[in-house]
Amino acid sequence: MHRFANPTQFMRIANAIYPWAAGLSVILFLIGLPIALITSPPDYQQSETVRIMYVHVPSAWLALMIYGIMAGGSAAFLIWRHPMANLAAKASAPMGAVFTGLALITGMLWGQPMWGTFWVWDGRLTSFLILFFLYLGYLALGDAFEDSERGDKAAAILCLVGSVNIPIIHFSVEWWNTLHQPSIVKLGGDGVKSTVDGSILLPLFLMLGAFTFYYFAVLVLRLRSELLAAKIRNARMSQVATHAAIDPAAEGRLFVDSARLPRASAE
Amino acid sequence: MSVFTAVLARDLRLALRQSADSLTVVAFFAIATVLFPFGVGPEASVLARIAGGVVWVTALLAALLSLDRIFTVDYEDGTLDQLVLTGAPLPVVVLAKVVAHWLTTGVPLIIISPVLAVTLHLPAAGYGPLMLALLLGTPTVSLVGAVGAALVLGTRRGGVLLSLLILPLYIPVLIFGTAAIEATVTGVSAGPMLTVLAGFMVLALTLSPWATAAALRQAVE
Repeated sequence: MHRFANPTQFMRIANAIYPWAAGLSVILFLIGLPIALITSPPDYQQSETVRIMYVHVPSAWLALMIYGIMAGGSAAFLIWRHPMANLAAKASAPMGAVFTGLALITGMLWGQPMWGTFWVWDGRLTSFLILFFLYLGYLALGDAFEDSERGDKAAAILCLVGSVNIPIIHFSVEWWNTLHQPSIVKLGGDGVKSTVDGSILLPLFLMLGAFTFYYFAVLVLRLRSELLAAKIRNARMSQVATHAAIDPAAEGRLFVDSARLPRASAE
Repeated sequence: MSVFTAVLARDLRLALRQSADSLTVVAFFAIATVLFPFGVGPEASVLARIAGGVVWVTALLAALLSLDRIFTVDYEDGTLDQLVLTGAPLPVVVLAKVVAHWLTTGVPLIIISPVLAVTLHLPAAGYGPLMLALLLGTPTVSLVGAVGAALVLGTRRGGVLLSLLILPLYIPVLIFGTAAIEATVTGVSAGPMLTVLAGFMVLALTLSPWATAAALRQAVE
């Protein structure tokens, strides 16, 4: 595990994963979207609105999975100072917030025709809203410090504190018997159990796969750009240092105008 | 244990000598609550219906306003660095500071809450559960708030940020706190809700000092 604290090692694995994740995501979307939105049969009770579920369930699943990954990454960062784990958590957070928002919005659009209301204060909805605020808090806190390393650590601690919410979300539909339906797919000792017909499960699983691989593909892209941004920052810093060494007058200057410095590519 | 009592005594003495700080929080609690009859109208039945929730929400906001007192001053004048450098177990120090915060803000809020409940026409049966629920809930509020207060030390916009971080985590306490009052008023036992509140408190008591200590360590690093 510590081998992957080295960005080069880590990115070697990540870059190897990237074409597979991106390719599988595209293929699954190409197969899954037409089945989910057009050819799969409408539900006998919900008719066409059931199709919202093919976006809602994968979004909600990703919202939880990404928080789990972030919590794992934050723990690895705080315990072993694993820099790549922190980078992965930071790169995941905006996506997690978007998928949480998407799950909330699609759920509301589905709730209006089915429950007759956009919103109820039921356990699952409330705990999911809290998850959304936790994502926002993580992003805001990581951004609030002059010293970015302090922001990373503070946000990682907040992420771990917020993870008490994850089991609450998962079990909320079993603890509180209100509007949100319980899990339709259960993994048990005797395999996958479901209360839903196969014609609906097939597009659901296709979309789950498509969304999950999409996340991993975009995560690798975001990690790449984060590392490149760090490289550019370091190059700028060393340029400022050499510039100050050549021109002693520049050392006394409080602000170095980066536009006036020679570009990194000019070297 | 001596560390605990020493820090507790110090913080209590400081709070006593600047007692205006605690009184301001109580005054905020009272004023914010008194705004509601003007906002929703003075009709007794409406006010009685929302009294429990109003008292709880304003108590949470009042506590939120006082949270920066736990660490900010110590952080700015360097006392916090000294406390970390003493080598004393930091979670114990944190717990002492949280207990001091609760004694100087939580307890005054609990004491004044029945008076505010009277102005909101809460049925008399609700006073006991209101105070009990606050008694079990406000320690959780101080404990969870301490984590947030430690995390935002040294940020540019600490106060607003703190509310974004901490208020979502207060929602469970708020739900069960108001449910306890509601239950009694409608003639059901408040026992289960109070038990859940006590459970939250125990959970916060076991987790929060360590999370706060970790946050403080990275703040003074």
